[in-house]
Amino acid sequence: MTGPVFDVHDLSVYYGQFRAVRDVKLQIFGNEITAFIGPSGCGKTTVLRCFNRMNDLIESARIEGTVEYHGVDLYDRAINPVEVRRRIGMVFQKPNPFPKSIYDNVAFGPRIAGMKGDMDEIVERSLRRAALWDEVKDRLKSSATGLSGGQQQRLCIARALAVDPEVILMDEPCSALDPIATGRIEDLMQEIKAEYTIVIVTHNMQQAARVSDRCAFFTTEVNELSDTRTGMLVEFDRTETMFSNPADERTENYVTGRFG
Amino acid sequence: MTPLDVTTLHADLCGRTARQQREAVIRIALRACASLSILVSALIVLSLVREAWTFVSQVEWSALVEDGWFPRRGIYDIRTLLVGSLLVTAIAMVVAIPLGLGTAVFLAEYAPPLARRILKPALEVLAGIPSVVVGFFALTWISPEVVQRLRDGTPQSNVMAAAIGVGILTIPLVASISEDAMRAVPPSLREASYGMGARKLTTTVRVVIPAAVSGLVAAFIVAVSRAIGETMVVFIAAGATGGSLFTMDPFEPGQTMTAAMAAQAAGTDAVRGAALTFQSLFFVGLLLFLITLALNLMANRFVRRVRQQY
Amino acid sequence: MAAPMSRFAGCARQRDLRGRRIDLGGGLFRVVLLASLVASVGILAVLLVDVVNGGWSVLSTRLGDFLTGVLGSRPERSGVFQGIRGSLWIAIFTIVLAFPLGIGAALYLEEYAPRSRFARIVDVNIRNLAGVPSVVYGILGLAIFVKSLRGFTGGNTVMAAGITLAILVLPIVIITSAEAIRAVPASLREAGFGVGATRWEVIRHHVLPYAAPGILTGTVLALARALGEAAPLILVGATTGFLGGGPGSLVDLGQLTERFTALPIIITTWAGRPQEGFRALTAAAIVVLLVVVLVFNAAAILLRNRYEKKRR
Repeated sequence: MTGPVFDVHDLSVYYGQFRAVRDVKLQIFGNEITAFIGPSGCGKTTVLRCFNRMNDLIESARIEGTVEYHGVDLYDRAINPVEVRRRIGMVFQKPNPFPKSIYDNVAFGPRIAGMKGDMDEIVERSLRRAALWDEVKDRLKSSATGLSGGQQQRLCIARALAVDPEVILMDEPCSALDPIATGRIEDLMQEIKAEYTIVIVTHNMQQAARVSDRCAFFTTEVNELSDTRTGMLVEFDRTETMFSNPADERTENYVTGRFG
Repeated sequence: MTPLDVTTLHADLCGRTARQQREAVIRIALRACASLSILVSALIVLSLVREAWTFVSQVEWSALVEDGWFPRRGIYDIRTLLVGSLLVTAIAMVVAIPLGLGTAVFLAEYAPPLARRILKPALEVLAGIPSVVVGFFALTWISPEVVQRLRDGTPQSNVMAAAIGVGILTIPLVASISEDAMRAVPPSLREASYGMGARKLTTTVRVVIPAAVSGLVAAFIVAVSRAIGETMVVFIAAGATGGSLFTMDPFEPGQTMTAAMAAQAAGTDAVRGAALTFQSLFFVGLLLFLITLALNLMANRFVRRVRQQY
Repeated sequence: MAAPMSRFAGCARQRDLRGRRIDLGGGLFRVVLLASLVASVGILAVLLVDVVNGGWSVLSTRLGDFLTGVLGSRPERSGVFQGIRGSLWIAIFTIVLAFPLGIGAALYLEEYAPRSRFARIVDVNIRNLAGVPSVVYGILGLAIFVKSLRGFTGGNTVMAAGITLAILVLPIVIITSAEAIRAVPASLREAGFGVGATRWEVIRHHVLPYAAPGILTGTVLALARALGEAAPLILVGATTGFLGGGPGSLVDLGQLTERFTALPIIITTWAGRPQEGFRALTAAAIVVLLVVVLVFNAAAILLRNRYEKKRR
């Protein structure tokens, strides 16, 4: 892969007048797992949602700066967010399967995207990639809401994989799950890394250390005049460096558990 | 990525497909649906003002102060109708407010959950009883059983029976809005009161009801608006469809603004009579529209105040 | 000594804590409230009983005739068929016009432009329209659909009435549908968008199915309301006397541009007739109307309560 998948320059995100995160500069590289870490409220999820234009769903949200995807400015006026989201998928914090059957959950994306091919095959392939096939292959028509939390989240991953994206964004995907389910998803991430680029927001430092290739550490700073907090990027480097020999003192304090 | 690939990717990401075009068309169609309501309001105002203006500009002012409302004969004493409407509304509120409020307080504060789960839907279903039914009931039961017993010699069609009917019709509305207002009062207020050793009566009357007062006022205003706008009960039970002399006696037949409009239009040929008969209909309609609009705007303000509080 | 003293004090404290055995004021208040509830429900119950009682003689002896007979001067031979037909047409107009337009408006307000100035104006507008007396909608119908658009509707016809009533119930459909759509969880929409669906695709495949029970409730309530209204029909010129021609088929397109009547109008007319037999006849017609309206209302409310419970 030549060049980064995402290249972010001087990104600031505003909700109305309030600046939620400022001056973010980082790159996401292909077939790697990049983790956004840091305490709550420092803009990790906000930045993540910029990568697939999900912030568009919030009325008052706007950005300054650029987010480039393979050299294309994602926020160019002419860009259609629907096409962006087909290529850059997302898994959310709380599993949110559609109240439909397992089959229809996975098939929905491909159907509306008009994907050619045998739908049964696409569904099976996606469920296998998400390590869920064996558990649900006999009950594809049953409701997705009958699955356990961990299974639902893997179903959401299968759903995201079904439209054949290049990138998968994960917003704290394991925070609502028990440790065993969390472990399975972490294993899954390592397995699919070879074919996808993954960006994960996580509160769990140990998870970031276990799973990611690169880390971006965010923190907040207080705006004295308005008594609000704005998030900012502190440091962005390979994971081993971030955890063993970080450049910034704040990073070191965080990863050694002195705060956060 | 070579520059050429970037261009291709950019084009892909812009995606001018049939899917996108369909989205644009649907969005326009739905916006048209939403705009329709504005069109309706405009049409209502237009229809009323156009003919009402003809009436106002051509009517002889003497006709307006002559006694009684007899549009087919060219007598348009609007006071008769206004007083009629007021009388009916006042009596209706005397019936509806105590019963509706009492029901609401009971349901919100005293009723066990099981009773509430049955009674509240029951009240909502009863709110759907059409006004023609209540009108018939007013004429054939309330009038003989209640009104004529109250005062001998009352004719079967009288304002009192109709007004009681309108009141009955409005009870579910008052009960529903008041109950919602009281349920909106946070439990913490009640708990604070009990915590100080107050009994239920005190808590309800001196804590909950004052806290819910915006919603209760809204309920009252909405009820008044509904009563003023009620047509069929008066049309069927209050008589005086040909016209009415000015009267403040509820034990006589009478007319309200609404029933006058219906009486005007009823009959085998829509609207006939002296020169401005047709236009008088619109004049009354405009007055009615303005009155109920003012009341509804007031009520909305109180409802918004409730929402702001909690 | 300490022990006997504390026992005495204990008794006094117990008495204090128990308080007044009989809370007279509170009890009376409760009784008054209960009485108002009983009176409210009771009056309406008396109404229903009286009406069913009154109509029983007709319903029990000649129900079939009654439902298929036409308006006439003699009570023994009159029936509500033409009223049923008129009301049926009104129901059709409501379903065909008010439902799609109302749901479409609600979708636009909640999904496409939720916090815009346009939405706020439309919202205020709809709330005001919901409070406009039905007789004023009748005036709208008279001025526009009977007079101005005479060429299209044919004047005092069921088409003019149907459109008028559809407009009358439009605010109800919009308000209840908007509420149902608002109740759809944001996470469901996000999931749809996240997979690359367009706004309409999210609405069609996820929002509408989820909100369907609530929307259905609103539309059934609107229908019940439309069927019970009489004032607008009087203004639009529903026939209160006789309606020419025999029964004919229940619905056929030719009727659209003819004179018409509806159940509530028949009730109004018969209520005003002094002849003895008409009293029972009116009550019977009322029972027919009530059965339809109350069943619809009850169905809508049951549906709403069931689906609220399920979703919790």
